[in-house]
Amino acid sequence: MSKILIVAEHADDVLNPSTAKCVACASEIPDAEIHVVVVAANASPIAAEAASLTSVTQVLCIDNPLNVSQLAAIVAPQVVAMAEGYSHIFGPSTTFGRDLMPRVAALLGVNQVSDIMEVLGSHSFKRPVYAGNAIVTVEAPANLPLVATVRVASYRSVPDGGNATINSIEVESQSPEHTRLIELQAGKSDRPDLQTAAKVVAGGRALGSEEKFQLIFQLADTLGAGVGATRAAVDAGYVPNELQVGQTGKIIAPELYVAIGISGAIQHLTGIKDAGTIVAINKDPDAPIFEVADIGLVGDLFAIIPELQAALSG
Amino acid sequence: MDKILVGLKRVVDYNVRVRVRSDGSGVETDGVKMSINPFDEIALEEALRIKERGDANEVIVVSIGSGDSQQQLRTGLAMGADRAILVETSDRVDALTGARIFHKLIDRENPDLVILGKQAIDDDNSQTGQMLAAIWERPQATFASTLVIDGSKATVTREVDVGLEIIEIDLPAVVTVDLRMNDPRYVKLPDIMKAKKKPLEQIPLAELNIEKAVAISQVKFEPPTERAKGVMVEDVAGLVATLKDKGLI
Ligand SMILES: Cc1cc2nc3c(=O)[nH]c(=O)nc-3n(C[C@H](O)[C@H](O)[C@H](O)COP(=O)(O)OP(=O)(O)OC[C@H]3O[C@@H](n4cnc5c(N)ncnc54)[C@H](O)[C@@H]3O)c2cc1C
Ligand SMILES: Nc1ncnc2c1ncn2[C@@H]1O[C@H](COP(=O)(O)O)[C@@H](O)[C@H]1O
Repeated sequence: MSKILIVAEHADDVLNPSTAKCVACASEIPDAEIHVVVVAANASPIAAEAASLTSVTQVLCIDNPLNVSQLAAIVAPQVVAMAEGYSHIFGPSTTFGRDLMPRVAALLGVNQVSDIMEVLGSHSFKRPVYAGNAIVTVEAPANLPLVATVRVASYRSVPDGGNATINSIEVESQSPEHTRLIELQAGKSDRPDLQTAAKVVAGGRALGSEEKFQLIFQLADTLGAGVGATRAAVDAGYVPNELQVGQTGKIIAPELYVAIGISGAIQHLTGIKDAGTIVAINKDPDAPIFEVADIGLVGDLFAIIPELQAALSG
Repeated sequence: MDKILVGLKRVVDYNVRVRVRSDGSGVETDGVKMSINPFDEIALEEALRIKERGDANEVIVVSIGSGDSQQQLRTGLAMGADRAILVETSDRVDALTGARIFHKLIDRENPDLVILGKQAIDDDNSQTGQMLAAIWERPQATFASTLVIDGSKATVTREVDVGLEIIEIDLPAVVTVDLRMNDPRYVKLPDIMKAKKKPLEQIPLAELNIEKAVAISQVKFEPPTERAKGVMVEDVAGLVATLKDKGLI
């Protein structure tokens, strides 16, 4: 039997959907018992959410004021302190999990499986390498704790419906004085979150300015979509970094992805491979984005977007 | 500070369309252009700028890999690094063993700062820096987009999913860099000539007496599943109709 511990991701007393995706991945492992650990300064509201996830049987809370900061240097030792008895320790492939889990793995003296996209067996998985241009089947040693991150775009959240027990536990932890959180500048938006939105409209360098990028925001609002961007658009300052989609940005899997004025560089395509339907609007008929698009339209975006707005609102 | 250590991994150039070998044993590397991992070039550029500002005395570039990695180290020296260390092995090195190798070099060199890439674009692991910080018991600042040194402290802006996170760390520490930190300089021909005279130390991996970690084995490579061929529409009306057909609007 596998005993799996999932490290919950959360902010502002709310559980991040990435946790429910880790549970979905863990429940593909045969004969698994799934626990979630909430390392937080105020664990109970988060624990209640985690306890209601299908397949989770136990939620463990480590409550400590020090945990207002979710820095890896603070969280990792607490996870390690309670790792004994677990065959698997999973976290999400979000920036939270990618920062934390390798630190956990190293403290346990093991390597990590990054970005699980498919479970083949309790110690056998598929994961993407070379920006998703190759998929590799990996096997982790069965006699060691298995630390992994779950590629969240590959999984759908498990639904609510569970009723896990919630237990508080104490672990010895010290605040590492050497790392201090100064400030978190979170982008605030009423739009659907890029990582969980069913629809995403994204713009590239072709938009030309921050002002003109508003066209993308307006179209997104009409569609009830989240907004994404290429690295070129972020670097040029049209939008903040958290909107970047791709190898070094977010990997997303919306039902609909509308790429406007985006060439389709490999590093960008990595981020949208799992999208349901990809629409591409580009004035260059040879743009590589058309090779992956399900629906392509060649033309000038500055003419097409207003027409599309009119057609959608009409 | 005195020294900065920078990791330079030799990887398939980011412009190459990677192909999986037909026998599934890996990806095609014969005759393929190899380069410094793009994130590592940014790491080196940042180290050089810190030195040029007068905040560091020496920049040392380190690569773990086959003798061919000398090319990437020479490029690093041409960019401005003072000396290079090649830890030589023809075997694949797993992330934890890699971190242990860096840790061993830290014992020898006592750097105040180690700057690595946030990920190597071959295995896309994104582990080495975090693992090194863990076993060195020092701070880690991953996915950094700005790095400001202030005596024995550094302030780092990290690119995280919700936006930007600013943290302060005591040195020595490990920083892993994201793409937006800087634009690496181009190497000029005279610098390539000068770099030939800079020291490049080669150490066989076996000489370092590293306890090897148990690797995650790579059993089989395959190409990703192709998306089905799409359709081209003529105009906005065609686009809207197709989206309606699919029930997407
Ligand atoms: C290590 C590494 C990691 C990277 N990670 C990422 C990543 O995570 N995400 C990412 O996006 N990129 C990433 N990149 C950058 C990537 O290689 C490309 O440079 C980038 O995606 C290009 O952005 P773009 O499509 O907006 O710009 P361009 O490539 O310049 O494309 C602009 C497109 O707009 C079209 N166009 C111009 N005007 C119009 C018009 N009026 N109407 C319609 N179409 C028009 C053009 O035909 C062109 O196809 C990375 C690069 C490296 C080296
Ligand atoms: N073989 C290597 N030689 C030099 N640096 C390396 C090597 N492997 C990893 N690194 C460094 O660690 C970073 C992260 O690599 P990874 O954890 O493999 O994604 C890279 O960007 C490099 O800076």
